[in-house]
Amino acid sequence: MSTLLLTEDETMLQDAARGFLDGAAPVSHLRKLRDAGQTHDAKLWAEMAQMGWTGVLVPEEAGGSDMGHAAACVLAGELGKTLVTSPFISTAVIAATALRQVATDRARDALSAIAAGDAIYGLAVDEGRKHDPEGVELAARADGNGFRLTGTKGFVVDGGNADRLLVLAKTDAGLTLFDLPADREGITRTAQNMVDARDAATVQFDNVQATGDDVLGAVDDAMTVLKPALEAGQAALSAEMLGLSAGAFAMTVGYLKERKQFGVEIGRFQALQHRAAHLWSETEITLSAVRHAGRMLDEDPANATLAVSLAKARATQTAKLAVIEGVQMHGGIGMTDDFDMGFFMKRARVATEWLGDYGYHAAKVAAARGF
Amino acid sequence: MSEDATETFRSEVRTWLDENCPKEMRDGASGEDAIVWGGRNWTFTSDAQKLWLDRMAAKGWTVPTWPVEYGGAGLDRAHHKVLLDEMRKIGARVPLQSFGIWMLGPALLAFGTHEQKLQYLPPIARGKVRWCQGYSEPGAGSDLASVQTRAESDGDDYIVNGQKIWTSYADKADCIFALVRTDRDAPKHLGITFLLIDMDTPGVSTKPIRLISGKSPFCETFFDDVRVPKANVVGTENRGWDVAKHLLTHEREMISGGGQGLLGGRALGAVLNAQEGGLSDPVLRAEAMGCEIDALAVALTLERYKDQAESGGGVGDASAMLKYAGTELNKRRHELMMSAGGADALTWDGKHEGLASDWLRTKANSIEGGTSEVMLSIISRRVLGLPA
Ligand SMILES: Cc1cc2nc3c(=O)[nH]c(=O)nc-3n(C[C@H](O)[C@H](O)[C@H](O)COP(=O)(O)OP(=O)(O)OC[C@H]3O[C@@H](n4cnc5c(N)ncnc54)[C@H](O)[C@@H]3O)c2cc1C
Ligand SMILES: Cc1cc2nc3c(=O)[nH]c(=O)nc-3n(C[C@H](O)[C@H](O)[C@H](O)COP(=O)(O)OP(=O)(O)OC[C@H]3O[C@@H](n4cnc5c(N)ncnc54)[C@H](O)[C@@H]3O)c2cc1C
Repeated sequence: MSTLLLTEDETMLQDAARGFLDGAAPVSHLRKLRDAGQTHDAKLWAEMAQMGWTGVLVPEEAGGSDMGHAAACVLAGELGKTLVTSPFISTAVIAATALRQVATDRARDALSAIAAGDAIYGLAVDEGRKHDPEGVELAARADGNGFRLTGTKGFVVDGGNADRLLVLAKTDAGLTLFDLPADREGITRTAQNMVDARDAATVQFDNVQATGDDVLGAVDDAMTVLKPALEAGQAALSAEMLGLSAGAFAMTVGYLKERKQFGVEIGRFQALQHRAAHLWSETEITLSAVRHAGRMLDEDPANATLAVSLAKARATQTAKLAVIEGVQMHGGIGMTDDFDMGFFMKRARVATEWLGDYGYHAAKVAAARGF
Repeated sequence: MSEDATETFRSEVRTWLDENCPKEMRDGASGEDAIVWGGRNWTFTSDAQKLWLDRMAAKGWTVPTWPVEYGGAGLDRAHHKVLLDEMRKIGARVPLQSFGIWMLGPALLAFGTHEQKLQYLPPIARGKVRWCQGYSEPGAGSDLASVQTRAESDGDDYIVNGQKIWTSYADKADCIFALVRTDRDAPKHLGITFLLIDMDTPGVSTKPIRLISGKSPFCETFFDDVRVPKANVVGTENRGWDVAKHLLTHEREMISGGGQGLLGGRALGAVLNAQEGGLSDPVLRAEAMGCEIDALAVALTLERYKDQAESGGGVGDASAMLKYAGTELNKRRHELMMSAGGADALTWDGKHEGLASDWLRTKANSIEGGTSEVMLSIISRRVLGLPA
């Protein structure tokens, strides 16, 4: 196993990403999109493609930069720091990882489209309030050589802007994963306005036709393809949440040094100092878990479940603490919409629910540890 | 290190351990009875224990990362890890543990003269001399820099007077590394000297103090006109604070789990699963899961910081975080194990070796080596740059 330090390449990637995003997508960028009622910036996405980010997990033969999961986590972390709105995780991480598991020409073409920035994917897995891939009810009924899909997906992240959808459906003897164009007949997408002002949709499937070619992997065996994809997404999302924590924390510590009450900087009060130090400790500890998850996905993906769930479990807790303390330590101004901290709090809540919350991942850790 | 070189070393280690580790030393025991602290008056509990120590010391493997000339084996971290892995695989006991290995050694390696290293390090590596730590005083705990034990110049010697407290194993140690005041007029951090004192010197005496866990591992230590050669100063006179702080960094890493530390010992999952009917209480189960998650993440953090230290990055003030997180976690783990054990965990035997005794002992983890509050203050000031 490589070390838990960033490699030289990863450090360069991180610096380049930070430099670019500070200019192109600071938190004010999210605010502008929100105020304009938009959830996607096509120009930004095209630039991300140009820099090789959308192809971070796409093989070089398919036009990708193939930098690996640890690198994808580095990018997700930087995107998280300034709450960059983009379909990076659903497309460049989850869909790319799923497509890589199958060796068809069609999958290769889809990977090329992702690397080129020409395809946005939405992940249509969950149906209820909680992440539960095993509990899917949407049915794909056998119909001649193909299938007919009927049912409803909710919380389809990036589903509104998506060109294609990865759809998990129940088939005769198990679950099957489909890769469908989002505009196929019978699919209706409705924007689900979320607290974080990002793209999520409810997607209805009304007797939607799918062929055998639309199946990703094997019929009745979705998890061979989907499990690695979900784990890659969970790791990247953990990295995003840690980045978000770091972003919120930096604002908070900055404020502690600048805001004066009782004639001194509030950062002199030990009641705040110790809480800030505790919060920093939590971010440092979570960083290790996130790095580890990225390394495991690159080096031993078949055994990465524990590492990934550990990262997501820790990241949800750390992000929660970072945004709660972030608002609290800012006093009244932390509660205002004009100030950015609220954006961090909202994104943290959505990212917590997406792809499994603390309880979901804690249970996975417990199972892996033989509790 | 290349994959090949690691594998060659691994097979060498495996063969050597197979031939040299006595059967009795392969039970993985790490309890108080199994620990060899060494020292002039040490009595081994078995011939195997002595043989194991002598053989490991001859290889330099009691202090594998120290330079060969000072009793170590000069292993880098990758080789060291191979050695530890292979030892763990056969359940080999740690041959020797001591404050000399954990604290004084690293401080001497950084601040000692070549002569001092040659004089003091090999006996530590071989378990011949046992050291204790004379930092705290009744009036100088968290505010360590206000130590008052005086060392007054007298030709080539100092005359030391004063009192230390909470000195772990002072009654069993051969020597003490102590912080003494050599300049009473200087600002408090600039009048302290790091001094090595033989406990057999006339005027040194100790008085044991009993802990809530039942044992009395620590003492009050008194110095009454004790004559100590100035050659025993580590670093320079009045600059002992630098040595003291460097040593504390190592102590904190050790306490937080870097050495034989807290993350070994009783595994939480194993203890909980051993409960009749599994861990059926859902509330306790949830807390235990949370604790396990944090323990895994803290263990990875230790790994990451070791990687960082190895790559020359240094750990510095972040060791305060490891100490804080590791010790608070250990307290939490023991609370959970006590809950899981219920009434069974409450037994109090004469030897104080049960879970109840361990549980009480863990409460000291967030006090010894600097309290949790002091750790948070260090982070706040030195890492976050908040105003003092
Ligand atoms: C929704 C809302 C409604 C409000 N309504 C009213 C209203 O109707 N009328 C009105 O007059 N005001 C109102 N307020 C203002 C409110 O009373 C102040 O926001 C509050 O007193 C905190 O002051 P501050 O915002 O200046 O934060 P600050 O005083 O700057 O505090 C920032 C942070 O520093 C901490 N801190 C400050 N001093 C110390 C210290 N000595 N030791 C430790 N920590 C310290 C605080 O706890 C906080 O975490 C309202 C605020 C909100 C959010
Ligand atoms: C089991 C055990 C073994 C030990 N072994 C040794 C040894 O071998 N050698 C040695 O020299 N010492 C040893 N010690 C001593 C240990 O280092 C001290 O106990 C420790 O540094 C705390 O000092 P104190 O006990 O005087 O507590 P105090 O400093 O009096 O602290 C009391 C409380 O006040 C808090 N506090 C103090 N200052 C601040 C502040 N500025 N801000 C916020 N809170 C503060 C502390 O965190 C603590 O909660 C040992 C202690 C124990 C328990």
